[in-house]
Amino acid sequence: MNSIDKLNDFMALLAEPKNYQNNIDINGQSPDQLLDFLFSMILIRRVEEKLAKEKENGVIGGPVHLAAGQEAIPVAISANLTKNDRVFGAHRSHSHLLALKPTVYELFAEVLGKNTGLSKGMGGSMHLTNTDSGFIGSVPIVSGTVPLAVGASFDAKYRGSSDIGVAYLGDGAMEEGIVHESLNLAKVLKTPTLFVVENNLFSSHMHISLRQPNSGTSRFAFANDIEFSVVDGNDCAEVFNTSKYLIDKIRKGDGPKFIEAVTYRHYGHVDWRKDVDVGVNRSEKDLDNWMKRDPILRLTNSLLEKSLINHDGILEVEDNVSSLIQDSWSKALDDSYPDLNKLKTRVYYNHD
Amino acid sequence: MIKHSYGTAIRSAFEYLLENYPECFIIGQGLWSPWYVGNTMTDLDKKYGEHRIIDTPVSEAAVTGLAVGASLCGSKPIVVHPRIDFMLYAMDPVVNQAAKWAHMTGGSSNPGLTVRCIINRGGEQGAQHSQSLHSWFAHIPGLRVVMPYSVEDARDLLIASVLCKDPVIFIDDNWLYKEESELNPITEIKLSTIEPKVITEGTDVTIVGSSYSTKLAVDAANLLKLNHGISSEVIDLRVLSPLNSKNIINSVLKTKNLIVIDGGTKTSGFAAEIITSAVESIPECTLSSKPLRLTLPDCPAPTSRVLEDAYYPNVSNIVNKIVTNLE
Repeated sequence: MNSIDKLNDFMALLAEPKNYQNNIDINGQSPDQLLDFLFSMILIRRVEEKLAKEKENGVIGGPVHLAAGQEAIPVAISANLTKNDRVFGAHRSHSHLLALKPTVYELFAEVLGKNTGLSKGMGGSMHLTNTDSGFIGSVPIVSGTVPLAVGASFDAKYRGSSDIGVAYLGDGAMEEGIVHESLNLAKVLKTPTLFVVENNLFSSHMHISLRQPNSGTSRFAFANDIEFSVVDGNDCAEVFNTSKYLIDKIRKGDGPKFIEAVTYRHYGHVDWRKDVDVGVNRSEKDLDNWMKRDPILRLTNSLLEKSLINHDGILEVEDNVSSLIQDSWSKALDDSYPDLNKLKTRVYYNHD
Repeated sequence: MIKHSYGTAIRSAFEYLLENYPECFIIGQGLWSPWYVGNTMTDLDKKYGEHRIIDTPVSEAAVTGLAVGASLCGSKPIVVHPRIDFMLYAMDPVVNQAAKWAHMTGGSSNPGLTVRCIINRGGEQGAQHSQSLHSWFAHIPGLRVVMPYSVEDARDLLIASVLCKDPVIFIDDNWLYKEESELNPITEIKLSTIEPKVITEGTDVTIVGSSYSTKLAVDAANLLKLNHGISSEVIDLRVLSPLNSKNIINSVLKTKNLIVIDGGTKTSGFAAEIITSAVESIPECTLSSKPLRLTLPDCPAPTSRVLEDAYYPNVSNIVNKIVTNLE
């Protein structure tokens, strides 16, 4: 990007709901990988639909922040990561976790507060961890894990490895001071960090146009002299190519990089509702347009167009995902809650 | 035996950790300059390299968050905040992230960082350069709060803090840096085994302190003995959280009088915690005098020296108040 003006013009195009509804460009992409992307995105979507339904039914107690509509970003980025990388999320992180490893049963158990959950029933939807897959953790303080990801990256560099840290954050987090400190610190210390801003144009109920001078946040990467890319976050091929390019450079010691992926969430801020009523600058009409930009829909159409999958193949994926979800949910429902003594025995670290 | 001051003892702890634990690094403002941290880190950057002793931008929050994140991946980071006042920007990484991480993730990973922060007051520095905020941190489950008084503890509890798998707030006091002592060679100890210690045995009154307040307690105990024939039992808290009050309770059962000297302000302060934890564990009517807390008044630190003299407790005031209380 040559200038901030051009960047702002591009952001305005990406933020307009009626744009980018076409098929995505999958020329040159590995067909197998695209099919993996489709499977992962459908899996994450159906898991979150299940969570929405069970929250509405009252079976799930705590808040669930759903990322339906945003799946292309973590699915494509995770294809460039290993289990030794260090990934951090925030309140809306089921997708970040599942894109690394489809731990559907453990996620369900966690959301239900069971001791077989990812965080042993101590965290629920908003405090997830799965260190085996490189998902160090997600917590619901906006921007809380951003400096932690810089620290995890610092640790990787300190050990002389080529592992990287990934900080998933939203456009709202870009309004927190600690993010600006983190960008500067990462640049000065040259940490191997990928900052991924999932810009879904909303922080809670409020559109970015009411919070920031324009719809983009990459100006902060520019200000900190960090190489960045702005991408259509609902195009898994583009997110994959861009993140691969930047992650390769990070692994070679080129310091932190920044991706801003523009997207939209189908649900509202929290739980199953769409929030078209309470959202400021969020309308049914905009949501309808964004549904036509659905990353799963666009990949599916692109694959069908090139005959890389047929309708039977899609049904098979849906059937497999559906069975996995049903089995995982039933099993998690039957699991036990944490012992009461865990309330106090886990205040300090121990290896139980 | 090795002669150390409180300041050089801290430096020797750093040296021991850097020498023996390659996963240990130190990060914070002013670490490449003697200006900020006195003689507690002299030339460590030259000996161990600037990749392990890292001077940083003026970003307390992100630097502390970096240490939390690195510790989750196995490093043993020490964050240095040259004044405890400066680290208030870093409350989210400390209070929301580090303190709660093990609990909210079911113990899957542990933020074993140490935040070393310095109480550095006096000299007309005023309200934002003088605070003692240990009571805040002691209120947060999941943090361990360490305040050494003795020269040996300054060294050995710093090592124990860094080797501990939990987040530790290690608070040292600039007013103790010139205290000197002969030290035994270093032996590693487990922080979870450290408890408040009786450092002077006595029969008439229990005086509890921490860090510099323990020094005031020791000095007061000497004068109480010399001028008033009062035998004081002085207890140094050492680890404020999690608090093990066993030795305090036993002492109060013996002396039947309890005085707490604390370097923080009065209301909701740590002195109240000590008195409560003792009183609720002893039989009614055990005490022969009202428990007394000697703290800073509930106001910010002043600048003007006249006000400063009135603000900070001194030994003769402490002695007078204890004598009056025991009458």
